[in-house]
Amino acid sequence: MTDVTTPHRGGAFSCLLPDDRLISHLNSGAAELTTARIGGWRRMDHSAREEEWAAWMRAAMAGDTLAYHRFLKAVTPYLRSIARRRCDQFGAPASDVEDVVQEVLLAVHLKRGTWDMSRPVGPWLSAIVRNKLVDSLRRRGRQVSVRIEDVMETLEATRQDEGADQVDVDRMVDSLRDPQREIVRSISLGGAGIRETAERLQMTEGAVRVALHRALKGLAALYRSDRRANG
Amino acid sequence: MQTDDLITLLARDARVRVRFGPLFLSALAIGVVLSAGLLLSTYGVRDNMSEAIGTPRVAFKLGLTLLLATTATRLAFRIGKPGVSLRSASMSLILPLVLLLAGIATELFVLPREAWGASMKGLHWSFCLVFVPTLSIAPLAALLYSVRQGAPEHPGMAGAAAGLAAGGIAAAIYAWHCPDDSPLFVATWYTIAIAIVTAAGFLIGRRFLRW
Repeated sequence: MTDVTTPHRGGAFSCLLPDDRLISHLNSGAAELTTARIGGWRRMDHSAREEEWAAWMRAAMAGDTLAYHRFLKAVTPYLRSIARRRCDQFGAPASDVEDVVQEVLLAVHLKRGTWDMSRPVGPWLSAIVRNKLVDSLRRRGRQVSVRIEDVMETLEATRQDEGADQVDVDRMVDSLRDPQREIVRSISLGGAGIRETAERLQMTEGAVRVALHRALKGLAALYRSDRRANG
Repeated sequence: MQTDDLITLLARDARVRVRFGPLFLSALAIGVVLSAGLLLSTYGVRDNMSEAIGTPRVAFKLGLTLLLATTATRLAFRIGKPGVSLRSASMSLILPLVLLLAGIATELFVLPREAWGASMKGLHWSFCLVFVPTLSIAPLAALLYSVRQGAPEHPGMAGAAAGLAAGGIAAAIYAWHCPDDSPLFVATWYTIAIAIVTAAGFLIGRRFLRW
């Protein structure tokens, strides 16, 4: 194809090419096109998902419980697969995976006010996850460094579901004070709503909300200050 | 607790009450107002400021400290937000440094060699060393508090950035009182005072800014 200097897509000049050349050209063109399309689709897939996460997060920050639930449910499998890979890599027991996931979720929750709603959610999420992951594994006695690219890759590509359920956070909840502990149990175990919890504990909904938020901050602080036997 | 239960729990606390940006700006405003109020209610602006502000040395001192305060505050703001590039904010700290070096060079060129020592020492260097860190207390507390609501990757570095910003703000406020105008004075004593605040920010940040 020495005489062909520009790529063709079967345009006006294609009739000037001998048949076999035309065919190979169209083929390679088609192949190029397909690759580009698949790449494009994959990209679109990823950015569409990120856009969806961002939309849920925006709604969540305005107080949409359902959207926030969707966001957290959607993100968790990715967190789990990153955590599992890291625990494997650094020789942490598999039972730590779910603890790490929960700790990272808590960090994402408490720091969501730092996400700038006009920016993509992916890089923000990756940075939070990376930092918390390093922190969490280090506390479990592993010297680790996690490359941000790895986290982003995993957030973009893999997905793993369901892991074992965990103990750590229960121990933390036990050391909360009432009514925080009662509220956390009522909502997490019983799946009760804010109003239901408020009625049962004879508190106002506002007070329950405030206590819940404090309880979550308290849990994060307990994780932070937790010194383990194996740490 | 299963992870799904934790998610239910978190979802019930969906609404964000405090966004980092507005929080940072209000805390910053409070810190600046308190610090300026402290200067005004104690030693006040220098008597001859209306004439002095037109002289190149005073204009240099005010401009330099303001430039440091704004660039360092911008860095402290960005350092609290995960996934945000710090490159341009860190690079912009070179601007006040270059301006300072230019000021020193000009002063050395303009002044006779015999006057260098006296200009550098000035009249109130010990007061400067005490008062700039004092003026920085309110902005430092405000900046550390707001960065703590953020998610800085390196607590120590974030604390140092907050310290540098608070030191810059305090210097920019003190400059309205300071009767020593030589860039040699500024380069020496302001720098030492700001370095003290930066180091304090680093030490506090290392403990206080973990999340």
